[in-house]
Amino acid sequence: MKKVFTRPRSLKDVPFHYCPGCTHGVAHRLVAEVIDELGIQDNVIGNAPVGCAVFTMDYFDFDMISAAHGRAPAVATGVKRVLPDRVVFTYQGDGDLAAIGTGEFIHAAVRGEKITCIFINNAVYGMTGGQMAPTTLLGQKTKTTPYGRDSEVNGYPIKVCEMLTPLDGAAYVARVAVHSPKAIIQAKKALKKAFQVQINGLGFSLVEILSTCPTNWGLTPLEAVKWLDENMIPYFPLGEYKVPPAGVI
Amino acid sequence: MARVVFLVERCKGCQLCTAVCPKGIVVMSDSTNEMGYHPASVSEQNKCTGCGICALVCPDMVIEVEREEKAV
Repeated sequence: MKKVFTRPRSLKDVPFHYCPGCTHGVAHRLVAEVIDELGIQDNVIGNAPVGCAVFTMDYFDFDMISAAHGRAPAVATGVKRVLPDRVVFTYQGDGDLAAIGTGEFIHAAVRGEKITCIFINNAVYGMTGGQMAPTTLLGQKTKTTPYGRDSEVNGYPIKVCEMLTPLDGAAYVARVAVHSPKAIIQAKKALKKAFQVQINGLGFSLVEILSTCPTNWGLTPLEAVKWLDENMIPYFPLGEYKVPPAGVI
Repeated sequence: MARVVFLVERCKGCQLCTAVCPKGIVVMSDSTNEMGYHPASVSEQNKCTGCGICALVCPDMVIEVEREEKAV
């Protein structure tokens, strides 16, 4: 019998350190599968964030750099400008990209840097123990909002894809999720398109992946995917927010 | 003819695969693996169609899917 589903070549054969049911593993696999399918494993440079995914260099079987907190798009800009023939991407969480790194990714998009940002949005600070993140939903209970996020005190969740859409430098912006088989298939298509936009030199691309954090949400993995579907998707609608003109990729 | 192989020592028992199997044959095992989790396993291998949905949602790449190649 032929193996039809197995570990992608770009992913090392080591167990993930992530909590049970954490969808970081699915996102890692999708990125590795896309890199395999595009045949760019020897030509890709990834930038790891600070957060749960800080150890991605242990998992991806290609060159990785670890940037200071939130600065992955700035480091990626430097790498891409020095080595323009490489495919450069960042893999960042919401605490990294949408909080301390807001300036970096917006200005990378404004400058039209030919890099790809993969943005994992799980509405909470994962590694530090479940504090409120900029993407935490209104009413969501976290360690620092024990009565639920209140817009009077804590403001509103940040919508990254909607923010990037008006910027001319951003060529591809999409929001996907990894909570169901259908969503995972669509997420992979979006990731592939984002890398193709970069390879074709069209500009900045960002894929926001809605992800679960069962540990810090205080839910079982199965409850967490349901919570994502019922609460996150209505506030963060899925879809392609900006696509290059038809026929370009 | 299809077969799913569970690398039980990698399984963290999150149960995401049990909820998506269209045949409902992915179940949690009573035994524990080295990490102390109850790993997922397949109850009736002969019912498996090799659709691979369990492997698609698995965050820890526990599941490998094998299928008979179609005769041309």
